[in-house]
Amino acid sequence: MANEPIIGKEAVLTALPGNRAIEALSSADSQIITDARFDRNELTLTIQREKIRSACEIVRAAGYNFFSDLTAVDWYPAEPRFQLSYHLLSHHLKERVRLKVMVSTDDPAVESITSVWPASNSYEREVWDLFGVRFQGHPDLRRIMMPEEWEGHPLQKTYPVEGYR
Amino acid sequence: MPRSMPELAEFVATERLVKPSHEQDSQSHTMVLNMGPQHPSTHGVLRVVVEIDGETVVKLVTDIGYLHTGIEKNCEAKFYQQVVPMTDRIDYLCPMTNNLAYCLAVEKLLQLEIPPRGQWMRVLMNELTRLQSHLVWLGTHAMDIGALTVFLYCFREREELLRLFEAIAGQRMMTSYFRVGGLALEPPLDFFPRVRALLKRMPEKIDEYQNLLTGNPIWVNRLKGVGHLTAEQAIALGVTGPPLRASGVDWDLRRDMPYSGYENFQFRVPTSTDGDVWARYWVRLEEMRESVKIATQALDGMPEGPIQADAPKVVLPDREKMKTEMEALIYHFKIVTEGFTVPAGEVYQAVESPRGEMGYYVVSDGTAKPYRVHMRNPSFATLQALPAMCEGRLLADVVAVIGSIDIVLGEIDR
Repeated sequence: MANEPIIGKEAVLTALPGNRAIEALSSADSQIITDARFDRNELTLTIQREKIRSACEIVRAAGYNFFSDLTAVDWYPAEPRFQLSYHLLSHHLKERVRLKVMVSTDDPAVESITSVWPASNSYEREVWDLFGVRFQGHPDLRRIMMPEEWEGHPLQKTYPVEGYR
Repeated sequence: MPRSMPELAEFVATERLVKPSHEQDSQSHTMVLNMGPQHPSTHGVLRVVVEIDGETVVKLVTDIGYLHTGIEKNCEAKFYQQVVPMTDRIDYLCPMTNNLAYCLAVEKLLQLEIPPRGQWMRVLMNELTRLQSHLVWLGTHAMDIGALTVFLYCFREREELLRLFEAIAGQRMMTSYFRVGGLALEPPLDFFPRVRALLKRMPEKIDEYQNLLTGNPIWVNRLKGVGHLTAEQAIALGVTGPPLRASGVDWDLRRDMPYSGYENFQFRVPTSTDGDVWARYWVRLEEMRESVKIATQALDGMPEGPIQADAPKVVLPDREKMKTEMEALIYHFKIVTEGFTVPAGEVYQAVESPRGEMGYYVVSDGTAKPYRVHMRNPSFATLQALPAMCEGRLLADVVAVIGSIDIVLGEIDR
């Protein structure tokens, strides 16, 4: 089971019938999951961009009580360009789930989840600082790693590794 | 976010950072105080801006980024095996925990199985690293409070551990001993007897630290009831590791989501419900005892066999083979010059570091260089809980609380 990835929403839904995250999300809103993948024993659910905060609320209510990590991947030059990966953990189920949101270049913004998990505060600031993805509703969206007057977002693929000299 | 001193007044006066409250209420007179970034008790270059009313902290804001070196960006320009030395430099107190998390993540992408001896060795080295890290924490934490003696006692044992690391990896701190697919080398012949001798002495030494501190009234008064954090707060703020367990959440990745063969070891996960600095002190001391137990079990049950996976395209060949076999020489040349390719995909692998959940998120696009490496660092999240623990308490407690969450700034800023 671990060797072959299961790709596609329908396939994952049938392969993992008892999964709490999938169950809770699809019973709340059948459209919220746009894609799914079960690969190397890790479940990835792609969520509609404008519904990430409510998806987090639903998943948290389903038992995934701990926010582990949030980061982004820049798929330049593909569009939508930025992938946000939310890693959530359930202490009770001893299980992880990865929620994925795709964000395009023309409006790189997504709703902040600081109201669901305050822990995401620093992580969202980091993604804004290093990738340039904005988080709407974040209480204090300042740069966190780079100096405030810095130009550009260093982890974008268009930014050279050696920096600009 | 570095700033020069003359701009400080303007910076801290910005509404978003600290807002002096004397204008709103003439009864209270607060002042803004800057701690750091060069301050011994911040364990690195952490800057803390506190608004104080007399001795009481009204508001606390942390400012990080002084050590940001762009390690994540650098990883994208290196071959998979070249990333291992970078992971050491994130957290200089637990290099092998970082090595392990990264190697496990890449091995998960490659779907490689590590032979039992490799796994056992990794567990052994991880527990020795945890001991080493906790010794530094205890020494510096006690020094912050003013108990200087403990520091010397802790560093005496830490020195022995570092000598063991040097024997096995040739380096005291930046060991880079793990490889994707196993370990770099077989340990030297006298390594296991030396580890066993040290582990035998350790419980007695831990008693010694405890004797120096636990009954000391100054230590007790500085720690008990200070920096309180409830279980709900800890979970909401992303706290992991000993501070989480000290707040009463029974969660340890080694036991609950085992990796690298941890399911074969018997150990206890110490927890406390007090949630204060004292509880964190107690939990870490108990963890040191458990680490000694796990390391002893690893020594006793150390299996024979290879320390590296049988994957010629990923693991560098044996030196002897390389000199006698054409095929091994070709593989060696290919791995060194072009790296090895990793199938496309994304994985998140977390391990229990001495500070909490250390997670590596590795994204591969099928080439020999990682497309993206992200580190989920325990200190980065735990630092967010600092205001919750300090606000409303005395200024002197800030130092005790920073010591108790055991942060490493290298891992926060990356």
